[in-house]
Amino acid sequence: MKKTKTEKVNNNSIGVVETQYYTFAESGKELNLKSGEKLGPITLAYETYGTLNKDKSNAILILHALSGDAHAAGIHAGEADIGWWEEFIGPEKAFDTNRYFVICSNVIGGCKGSTGPSSIHPATGKPYALDFPFITVADMVEAQRHLIDHLGIDKLLCVAGGSMGGMQVLQWAASYPERVRSAIPIATALKHSPQQIAFNEVIRQSIMADPAWREGRYYEYGQPEKGLSVARMIGHITFMSEHSMEEKFSRRLKSDHFSFGFDADFEVEGYLRYRGANFVKRFDANSYLYITKAIDYFDLSGGKFLPHGRIPDTRFLIISFKSDWLYPPHQSQDIVRTLKRRHVDTTYCELTSTYGHDAFLIEVEEQTTLIKHFLDKTFNGYLVAGNYGY
Amino acid sequence: MDTENIHLDHQTIYSIVEPGSRVLDLGCGEGDLLYPLVRDKQVRAQGIELNDKAIQECVKKGLSVFQDDIENSLREYPDDSFDYVILNQSMQEVKKVDCVIGEALRIGTKVIVGFPNFAYFKSRFMLFFQGRSPVTESLPYLWYDTPNVRFLSITDFKDFCAEKKIRIVEVHYLGEKTIVRFLPNLFALNAVFVVTKKK
Repeated sequence: MKKTKTEKVNNNSIGVVETQYYTFAESGKELNLKSGEKLGPITLAYETYGTLNKDKSNAILILHALSGDAHAAGIHAGEADIGWWEEFIGPEKAFDTNRYFVICSNVIGGCKGSTGPSSIHPATGKPYALDFPFITVADMVEAQRHLIDHLGIDKLLCVAGGSMGGMQVLQWAASYPERVRSAIPIATALKHSPQQIAFNEVIRQSIMADPAWREGRYYEYGQPEKGLSVARMIGHITFMSEHSMEEKFSRRLKSDHFSFGFDADFEVEGYLRYRGANFVKRFDANSYLYITKAIDYFDLSGGKFLPHGRIPDTRFLIISFKSDWLYPPHQSQDIVRTLKRRHVDTTYCELTSTYGHDAFLIEVEEQTTLIKHFLDKTFNGYLVAGNYGY
Repeated sequence: MDTENIHLDHQTIYSIVEPGSRVLDLGCGEGDLLYPLVRDKQVRAQGIELNDKAIQECVKKGLSVFQDDIENSLREYPDDSFDYVILNQSMQEVKKVDCVIGEALRIGTKVIVGFPNFAYFKSRFMLFFQGRSPVTESLPYLWYDTPNVRFLSITDFKDFCAEKKIRIVEVHYLGEKTIVRFLPNLFALNAVFVVTKKK
């Protein structure tokens, strides 16, 4: 919450920020999970940017994708990493921190400061590993609801996020429609398709096939690096499009001749290896298993999305990208169709981008226009300046 | 706003729509028709538009809009979802006109249809004396570069309504700047029909 310095990483950055932690669900008050198990105590990592107004009506909750974290904007003191949605959150940006109080919450099951399989199990004093209970997107949202209560916010102006963040957005709107004035699910789906589950299964199998995984009990020995990096390589293929890979790598070689060996000849091979190797430094393999499973369990189809009799007054802005084949536009159209049937105030945009699924992180200009004006209308309504009187 | 610059068809539709009603505009463009309705008449509006840039302009105006094809976008709506479904200056670009109008009548209590009149005297003149496909103020495109796939006259549309058992509630015949009262199928550039299902 505290902007300790007004140091700026670029002209419009929020500057230096700190991750904060909220612990709840202590002994006797554990969170009841969808699996029937209980989890507690729970720590949730989060960051906030901007200032909450007096009537607490300007709070926006940002939710991240599979491997994201609470650090959505600004920089941490003494570190180089800028937030994962830096170009969208800050003064005069899409989520304008001069006007709005922006919260980014991590998820349970993760490894970025929130309780997950790498956290210490209070009963054993050792990391949970596979004793960590299975979690769902609904459980992630339930934990976030405790955080929003703790921050004293009754109704969120907006809940927004892409990919798995978009699923949390949809879950928020389904679980707490009366607490969500508007929702921006981006490049996401109402349910995981067999193709999406299949990719996640290959991702999990590549981790579990690594002997260094040791049935999840690797914490004393180090990560199952080979398996986890292959898992991430698969992910990166699905985040790009054929077009963006052609543009980024084509068939370019790393040197001027073939090696006639199994070294990385092509730039695309080098890129995937680099991404994989980097990922093992920053993400816990068991968290990857648990979170991919939570996404696979996600299914708000068949009346689970808008279960109540009355028409929800949550407004929706739904964005998809034409070249996204991991969460293709027809899955967003599915959400739109469900909202149409119930006459929910909805805007749907299918943006032209060649970046594939990654577009939600990269395509700044058009998304900014859409989000900015959508939020403005939600926050201010129409500033009525008299009748046109034709 | 300067009324001089507002198309007569927009003014006509603006005056037809009752305050506070639910409106769906098919092919809403940049939202120039919906925006004043929402602002002045507290209409609950939804637009459908395919063009990327037009969608962005609608959102800038605070309008709710779906990026979709008119022909694929209506079937999910329950019957009588709207008080008015507007199909202004977009019917001539639709391939399955009877399906779209049928769906519009199902989901809307009233359907407002506005279209350029192909039997306007200048069109007839160009075709008859010059032997060329007409280019007029309301049909400004050349034959090889036009979004229009349907060319109809006011009389054609009346025949269509009679054949499909569609009730015509009111009709407005529009010239360049004024209402046309005399021989509309000859002198009107545009027509705005309000139609409903025959009861």
